[in-house]
Amino acid sequence: MNEPTLYELSSKDRIGVRFPESDVPLTDLPEPYLRKDLPLPELSEVDVIRHFTHLSHLNYSIDQGLYPLGSCTMKYNPRINEETARLPGFAFSHPLQSIETTQGNLVLMYQLQEWLKEIAGFKAVTLQPAAGAHGEFTGVLIIQAYHRDRKDTKRTKILIPDSAHGTNPASSSMIGMEVVSVPSDARGNVDLESLKAVCDDSVAGLMLTNPNTLGMFDEHIREVIDIVHGAGGLVYGDGANLNALMGIIRPGDLGIDVMHFNLHKTFSTPHGGGGPGSGPVGVAEHLVDFLPDPQVAIIEEAEEDMPPLFGFVKPSKSIGRMKAFHGHFGVLVRAFTYIMMHGGSGLRKSAEMAVLNANYLQARLRNSYHIPYDRICMHEFVAEGRWPEVEGVHALDIAKRLMDYNFHPPTNYFPLIVPEALMIEPTETESLQSLDAFADVMVKIAGEAHMTPELLKEAPHNTPIKRVDEVKAARDLVLCCWRPEE
Amino acid sequence: MFTPHTESEIASMLKTVGVSRLEDLFKVVPESCRYPNLDLPAALTEMEARQELELLSEANETAHDLACFLGAGVYNHYSPAAVDAIIRRGEFMTAYTPYQPEISQGTLQAIFEYQSLIASLTGMEVCNASHYDGATACAEAAVMAFHMFRGKRSRIVLSPAVHPHYRQTIRTYLQGYPDLTITGDETGVDLQQNPSTLISSIDENTCLVLVQYPDFFGRIYELKAIMDAAHAVGALVAVSSDPVSLGLLTPPGDLGADIVTGEGQSLGLPLSFGGPYLGIFATKKEYIHKIAGRLVGETIDKDGKRAFVLTLTAREQHIRRERATSNICTNQGLMALASTVYLSLIGKSGLKQVAALSYQKAHYAFKRLTQLPGYQAWSSSPFFNEFVIKCPKPVDEINFHLLDHGILGGYDLGLTYPELKDHMLVACTEVNTRQEIDGLVNVLSEVTHE
Repeated sequence: MNEPTLYELSSKDRIGVRFPESDVPLTDLPEPYLRKDLPLPELSEVDVIRHFTHLSHLNYSIDQGLYPLGSCTMKYNPRINEETARLPGFAFSHPLQSIETTQGNLVLMYQLQEWLKEIAGFKAVTLQPAAGAHGEFTGVLIIQAYHRDRKDTKRTKILIPDSAHGTNPASSSMIGMEVVSVPSDARGNVDLESLKAVCDDSVAGLMLTNPNTLGMFDEHIREVIDIVHGAGGLVYGDGANLNALMGIIRPGDLGIDVMHFNLHKTFSTPHGGGGPGSGPVGVAEHLVDFLPDPQVAIIEEAEEDMPPLFGFVKPSKSIGRMKAFHGHFGVLVRAFTYIMMHGGSGLRKSAEMAVLNANYLQARLRNSYHIPYDRICMHEFVAEGRWPEVEGVHALDIAKRLMDYNFHPPTNYFPLIVPEALMIEPTETESLQSLDAFADVMVKIAGEAHMTPELLKEAPHNTPIKRVDEVKAARDLVLCCWRPEE
Repeated sequence: MFTPHTESEIASMLKTVGVSRLEDLFKVVPESCRYPNLDLPAALTEMEARQELELLSEANETAHDLACFLGAGVYNHYSPAAVDAIIRRGEFMTAYTPYQPEISQGTLQAIFEYQSLIASLTGMEVCNASHYDGATACAEAAVMAFHMFRGKRSRIVLSPAVHPHYRQTIRTYLQGYPDLTITGDETGVDLQQNPSTLISSIDENTCLVLVQYPDFFGRIYELKAIMDAAHAVGALVAVSSDPVSLGLLTPPGDLGADIVTGEGQSLGLPLSFGGPYLGIFATKKEYIHKIAGRLVGETIDKDGKRAFVLTLTAREQHIRRERATSNICTNQGLMALASTVYLSLIGKSGLKQVAALSYQKAHYAFKRLTQLPGYQAWSSSPFFNEFVIKCPKPVDEINFHLLDHGILGGYDLGLTYPELKDHMLVACTEVNTRQEIDGLVNVLSEVTHE
């Protein structure tokens, strides 16, 4: 049965929340400016709680089970993070309060900047970007500003390997850069010859996802970076896959110039059904002056009995402000809590276990699925959702069939360089039992594809709804439930 | 910390993988910088981490303990308990973007309802699943308008009474468009003559006119004159509005706006030192193929049952790649959900009441403050819940004094508008009691006498 919409549940004159009567003398309302009607639903609190509780039951979530979406790092979201972000001293602080009244927040932000610098090997970090894509945009703006500052204005190209994340090309074109794709070699690395061929003095930078979306750590990472630097370009690191690297290697130590973090992936803050994220950006020394405005800094050094005073500063050649205020502070508190509870060795263990889990699943699926780039992977790997002897079964069908067995599907059809791709990232928080249960089901589905393929093509069978008519959605474009006539 | 394997499980998994030690998994990583020693504090237990964070949070003085008259785009409204109870449900909080509609109908229907509520509230036909915040929603409006004319119109007219952070963000976003000029908010423009001076800047080369309503100074004014001037030359008009104000005021959509943006924080979200908030973006149906961000549409499943799904995804960055005009790939999912729960709880009568109470309290404060010797009204315009007052002393000094009396004073306009030195932007919401307002008045009168 469908859950009615809020408007269908509405009952005229029903009230959900009461507010006190005005305790001040009344002023006339500004008549000419008043709206005639306010077409919002009218519900009780019980109506609302039940409605959203019913809706919640129609979702799959990490709390229910393994969520192996490649490049999304769907790790468990610790509940303590939710408690700390809601501490009244954080939750009720206004972003425009004086720095003297918000030292607690500023200390936390400063410390988080320091920790992220240490984890990834950078000289400075901005916490302002609101999401990974926003961090990418920040990063390419910084690259552009760096070249402009050097009066090196002919650099108009951004190189993007075909194994990079899908947002990279759009981020580059948002700043007016031309995007040049670089192919991968047979082992899933950036193809060095192709890279050399396009590296000249028109290259502003390379956007590198490492480990890439095949889950492969580039075997020639140093050469790749050297080639780009040799041509005068900068290297942007897409930090979406940092979960494989914490305590293993620092991207900054490899020579990466600028990188974004995804706090909602690597540092366990919840995805929330599509946000909020947080995408801090780290930079090497030569890019520090270009960071967004403002940065958190010590503005008065500590003295005998006085702690240092933290405040905001504008970097001297700043690209400007990326959003209002100082970033997704509530998300920063969660990530801060997570790092506090891990320390350096805990983060390294997370990375090791994430990589172990991916390799374990890869080994368990190797006999049932073709693994096109079959070597030790990092935190994720890509299998093909097709078999030469089976016709008409696609990655999508496997994805949908997984739902019948109460698993979220892997990322499918990405990366584009693998046909019928199934990109699998289990994360470190899954137990051996949970990995085995998933592998068993994947193997079973491979068997079904051969014996009873219609089971896959018709899947899912056990979900709240069946496959949807996406063409109708785009053609009819019903984007709102129409407001009731007054 | 949250890694469950025992030593023996790790050993058996390594065997399955075909390596003998964990280190064997990382041989591809350049040895010279493999296994850095991270200089981080030792791991804390949950109990210790909580205690440390409690101490840090207590180092702040906030609207939790102070009477808050600070607004400037972020407002201390009351959020009913049910809002947080719903967004803390793991089924919503720990789900990913709803790419798989069969197991994401909860998130999808909630976004569809969000789109519906915001469209109703703003008077627009359609609304996307949200942007990062009020500032980036404005920037996306500017990018969209520029592309709408395929780069043939290169002028954006930007009101100086748009939030300063929003104007800065728009400029950051448009750095990649060297031909584009932004005009209207140059230093020195007469801030009190808004919007008539703005109208004189609109020409045939203008792709977008962007204003705020109520404006940054809290004023409400004749929006239609701007709409007419812009539409006469074929330009688009975007209006950034506080959604709570639209509980009372005629929505910009009803007056002809092409785009309505806004900061959704006031719809039940915590202040949280600036985020995460909610970027509202609503427009006309004819522009639907031009907008950035996620959209949820209604359809049916193969049994004919009503279903919701992400739609028009061909506009998006992962499909259009470098031809996409925006790289946004998330929305503020959980924050959009919070605002949806908030709006459904307080509903038609509640939002009207919250808006009216905010209006009443602010007007009471305005009347009392402007009667104080040394304090003057800056504008005679009608206003919603926020107003500017000229003070006899620097605002930071006054605020310091207010703090001693448990009051968080208003925004120091001199920080972003040099010509408004010693001017304070004072905001009220339904949360402010008469006693608090009287307290503010009393302390401010003491300040004058010192």
